Amino acid sequence: MSESTQRREAVRTDRRTRYERMVEIRTLENRVQALFGEGVVHGTTHLCLGQEAVAVGIAAAARPTDHVTCTYRGHGVALALGLSPTDVIGEIMGREIGSVGGVGGSMHLCDMEVGLLPTFAIVGAGIPVAAGAALTAQVRGTDDAAIAVFGDGSTNIGAFHEGLNLAAIWNLPVVFVCENNQYGEYSRIDLTTPVTDIADRAASYAIPGIIVDGQDVDAVAEATAGALDRARAGEGPTLLEMKTYRYAGHSRSDTAPYRPEGEFDEWFEKDPIAGFRARLVTEGLMSEADAEEIDAAIAAQIEQVVETVKAAPSAGVAAMFANIVAD
Amino acid sequence: MPKLRMNQAISLAIAEEMRADPDVVVFGEDVAVAEGPFKTSDGLLDEFGPLRVRDTPISEMGFLGAAVGAAATGLRPVVEIMFVEFLGVALDQVTTEGAKFLYLSKGEVSVPLTVRASVGAGLGFGTQHSQTLEGWLLGSPGLKLAMASGPQSAYGLMRAAIRDDNPTVILEPRRLYAQRGDVETGEDAIPVLGTARQVMDGDDVTIVALGSMVDFAVEAATAASWSAEVIDLQCLQPWDSAAVLESVARTGRLVTVEENPLLGGWGADVVSAVVAELFGEMSAPPLRITAPDVPVPYGKELEERYMPMPGYIGAQVGEFLETGRIPAPWWKAEGMVK
Repeated sequence: MSESTQRREAVRTDRRTRYERMVEIRTLENRVQALFGEGVVHGTTHLCLGQEAVAVGIAAAARPTDHVTCTYRGHGVALALGLSPTDVIGEIMGREIGSVGGVGGSMHLCDMEVGLLPTFAIVGAGIPVAAGAALTAQVRGTDDAAIAVFGDGSTNIGAFHEGLNLAAIWNLPVVFVCENNQYGEYSRIDLTTPVTDIADRAASYAIPGIIVDGQDVDAVAEATAGALDRARAGEGPTLLEMKTYRYAGHSRSDTAPYRPEGEFDEWFEKDPIAGFRARLVTEGLMSEADAEEIDAAIAAQIEQVVETVKAAPSAGVAAMFANIVAD
Repeated sequence: MPKLRMNQAISLAIAEEMRADPDVVVFGEDVAVAEGPFKTSDGLLDEFGPLRVRDTPISEMGFLGAAVGAAATGLRPVVEIMFVEFLGVALDQVTTEGAKFLYLSKGEVSVPLTVRASVGAGLGFGTQHSQTLEGWLLGSPGLKLAMASGPQSAYGLMRAAIRDDNPTVILEPRRLYAQRGDVETGEDAIPVLGTARQVMDGDDVTIVALGSMVDFAVEAATAASWSAEVIDLQCLQPWDSAAVLESVARTGRLVTVEENPLLGGWGADVVSAVVAELFGEMSAPPLRITAPDVPVPYGKELEERYMPMPGYIGAQVGEFLETGRIPAPWWKAEGMVK
């Protein structure tokens, strides 16, 4: 079993691993932010700090044979599905060992072994593409499903409406997961979107629209599993709206000065990692000391990965000319 | 050898690939029950059923995106864009998503998608339904692009595109859907995408044409006192520079015949490549025969002025051969444009 498949299985079967993976996502992203600050990486990056429970909850519910489309804010989903920190940091730093060999960068990650299609830098583009992956399952008669992960900002673009409409009339086995992190790029959702709940938009396509607490990994996993069951049973698509929050700005250069006073603190009270940690301790699956140990081990591991990646060769010029057309 | 109209040749090519491979599926607006607005999916729903042949809502971004996703995960979708202009609302899915998946997956995700679109003037469909727009798709690495020039090439290119593991756009001049001709079917009739087809032998000049212009160039050359080698380019991405260079090296003169406007037309790339290679060996500068830089007009006489018709092509090439200089296009000669 490959490393990515093993990592995926662990998230599917073990709740403690879900905690570890959320910590890994946060630690990695904080480190990535620092790397950009150090000037050792070029370009931009879009962090999902605060949204870790959505990524891990989806991965806990989906099978590796299900196909997932995801946005440029995809480090969390990629790690949750099974990509290793080396795959992700290697790609961000443009190294050969990265997930796409260094030609993709922060916005473009991929690993079909765990079902992750190349991630999308165009807002909303992955939504109909997931419907297409679901079409493959339907035509071939398998019980696989597809999942589209996208932000609230995507739900104002045609691809969202056309993708949901098509999936609904063709009864495709697809789950649409909206990470409603309250902002589309630099703009608060209420300035761009007439509905408060994205889930309401499902009514236009006569499919269920369900609001989920995106800060609760168990709730995300449960809702995703339910929607996947429905899809596999031939009952069609579901729109899940994960209410969550983006701790960082839209991208590297955005410090989010537009956020109202107190909003961040209010959401930080509902931090997905702290909440899940407390729950696991209460349930006796983990002690506070265990958690400290996990956090420290992951921090050390990420540092190790950064050192490894820094020492790894950059993508060679041959990579630039490879894989443009299939023979 | 059956005699088929171009739309029948297209239906047949798709049907043959669907019989050979259960992963080939067809969808688009009105392609199933109505069998295609141009009757290019005749009989497919009956033979292959609604799981594989589907009507879509009018939502090109949605169904072309779904085609990209289906192709990336194992199917071979053949998708119809009724008029190429409608591709504008879905261009992202072709040029930026589907055409880049292989690159963004270290070669893991190929996208064996065929997009068919009707193109071109000549049927009185007016400004917004008469363009060729191949320029929208050029310069998008990862994408293949071809244009049919009649029943035979439509049949062959279609089968080649469906089998190809890359996203491929086949442009079909709608003026030619009703054109009938002998069609060689079967494996031998399937060209390698990226190869041109020599349709006429000659010595004085090489005429490179595409799509609807191929027959017009042949008609012009047939009626003329000069002798032309006419090449049907067939594919623009990749395009067959070897065939063109070989011919121009022999004739010493190059003419491109394009249905598109002058600015940004594919002929500029052909000219540039040929001149770079054969500058010292050519007997005259290259001539591009194109449509003017105007929207396609509606009125019948105007639409015929817009398209380079055989008479105009013949006159332009004749003057070119006689003087060795580039003749002014009609819109300059008549003072319409300075």
